[in-house]
Amino acid sequence: MENLTFDLSRQSVRELNQHLHGSPESLAGQHVEVLHPDGAHNIAVGINAPVSVTIKGHAGYYAAGMNKFADVTIEGSASTGVAENMMSGKVHVKGFASNGAGASAHGGLLVIDGDAGLRCGISLKGGDIVVGGSVGSFSGFMAQAGRMVICGNAGDALGDSLYEAVIYVKGEIKSLGADAQLEPLTEADTTALADLLAKAGLAHAPTDFKRVASARSLYHWNADADQDY
Amino acid sequence: MSNSTEHPIHFKRLQREESASFDRSTLDYIHRASSTGLYEIRGLGAKRKLPHFDDLVFLTASLSRYPLEGYREKCSTRTVLGTRFAKKPVVLDTPITIAGMSFGALSANVKEALGKAATAMGTTTTTGDGGMTSEERQSSKTLVYQCLPSRYGFNPDDVRRADAIEIVLGQGAKPGGGGMLLGQKVNPRVAQMRTLPQGVDQRSASRHPDWTGPDDLTIKIQELRELTDWEKPIYVKVGATRVYNDVKLAVHAGADVVVVDGMQGGTAATQTCFIEHAGIPTLAAVRQAVAALQDLDMIGKVQLIVSGGIRSGADVAKALALGADAVAIGQGVLMALGCNRDSYQQGGQTHSAEADYTALGTQAGYCHHCHTGKCPVGVTTQDAILEQRLEPDNGAKHVKNYLKTLTMELTTLARACGKQDVHHLEPEDLVALTVEAAAMAKVPLAGTQWIPGHNLG
Repeated sequence: MENLTFDLSRQSVRELNQHLHGSPESLAGQHVEVLHPDGAHNIAVGINAPVSVTIKGHAGYYAAGMNKFADVTIEGSASTGVAENMMSGKVHVKGFASNGAGASAHGGLLVIDGDAGLRCGISLKGGDIVVGGSVGSFSGFMAQAGRMVICGNAGDALGDSLYEAVIYVKGEIKSLGADAQLEPLTEADTTALADLLAKAGLAHAPTDFKRVASARSLYHWNADADQDY
Repeated sequence: MSNSTEHPIHFKRLQREESASFDRSTLDYIHRASSTGLYEIRGLGAKRKLPHFDDLVFLTASLSRYPLEGYREKCSTRTVLGTRFAKKPVVLDTPITIAGMSFGALSANVKEALGKAATAMGTTTTTGDGGMTSEERQSSKTLVYQCLPSRYGFNPDDVRRADAIEIVLGQGAKPGGGGMLLGQKVNPRVAQMRTLPQGVDQRSASRHPDWTGPDDLTIKIQELRELTDWEKPIYVKVGATRVYNDVKLAVHAGADVVVVDGMQGGTAATQTCFIEHAGIPTLAAVRQAVAALQDLDMIGKVQLIVSGGIRSGADVAKALALGADAVAIGQGVLMALGCNRDSYQQGGQTHSAEADYTALGTQAGYCHHCHTGKCPVGVTTQDAILEQRLEPDNGAKHVKNYLKTLTMELTTLARACGKQDVHHLEPEDLVALTVEAAAMAKVPLAGTQWIPGHNLG
């Protein structure tokens, strides 16, 4: 495996990203180490190749944003919008993640070992998110498809205005959002949970989780109205 | 003695005096609200009379200025957008662009027609709240890709194959509100593109999921620049409310181009209370936007696109004279395709659409039923039969003709003002017909030197 190092104390994020936007054939199988990230924004955004990237420290906003195919590890914490709109691949945050982690992700897997802030998984569109710790309020807001696994607790208004995404929570849920409801855990759920927890490298019993999904009462406008709009 | 219940004849009109506060349209509104328990939702833009470009006229050349020969002398319409940071700015042959409208609101045939017309005219078309269709990408030489709060269908591959990115904060028809697509229009393809259950009454988010406020927007713009290797212009679109401040913040956040959409701007569906009661008229918005660019010394560096109720070449010329670099047209383009026309053309024949307007409870000339998905002329529909009423090549021809007419009208007025380039039109070429328009556009009332609120000793 080819190794390459970018030291952001001497090189720019622009140089790093330009390299990561090279031809998928040349990047395939390459391993890129990013030294001294020091919270820089937009590290490794828009990768479109099966490359592996390790960020040796903390990342700023939108780390690994819109990722496709790449396997990105952040050894520190990540700021707002980590792996936002990810399409495929894997993003692993070993520390904590700030607001909007995995926002509108269409695919791929986001793993956060620590806690995640507000609106984790907002507008999720098919990606999977596994959070080892707890998540802040409004997580899973308007999530359309995909799965969220929360091994700790969830804040207020979890899963508000959910569509077809499913949220699993092991700990306490401070409150459910509009149209979100607790549902019994099925065998398909425990199978999915076992798979996601294994991929995230987390040891929890799938049967300890609760399932949160949409009651679908907001899918159609005010059922009491005559719908004559 | 006369009967006390009978009134003398000259009081009869008094018995039928209409209330100004509770007029018949207000009564209809209250009766409808009390019947349904739900606000009215409709398409298109504000219907009430507002100060508009009609309230301005040009002071074309006479003795104090020379006009150019209308048919002979050159008058450039070339327009360049995105010169601030983008390596590949958008270059247009006309300053008239096609506004963002979604696949979902419009059929795939319409999106294809718009792309073809824009390409033929050397201008841009724009995606909407539902992602990019292959039809519009293939038919559009230069395509602007919107990044909206919902992020429906948003993906990095389409960012990479777009020619410019437009971050949408709001829309003139509903500034502060999210998109809306009623279940009738969420057919299998629309549902799949938006990752939604088929037939759901879709209400989009009004806030972006991954940023809040101007400081975050700065970083979001940088993300899109990094993703596109700093090649593509980044536009920021705002619905016209606090235009002066919003434009300043958008420029500060790093926008290449700012799009300001006034309250006459259209929508495929939103609450009527939004359409008629939120935002400011386009006329007022242009000058506030220009003032913000002037204050930041960004004239000629950050380009301004103005939209919201622009219909004619005269409207375009006035918008440019007030300081816009380009305009965007939505509703006018739909009308060029046949919106509110009593017939449609299919298979080389003209067919009446009147029965279908009647079925919607309306008629050609009054229709605003885009939200129902039952557009009688096949424009704002996802219905498999209705959408066939708009054939891409025929639609493209009509839109091209419309944009061509507007461009000719624009150069006609510019030449008459003595300008070799439409971008040389200036506020001094205009006067206002009403005090309101004079105050908003900051040009003098015709026949005076009075700009209300200015020159206050």
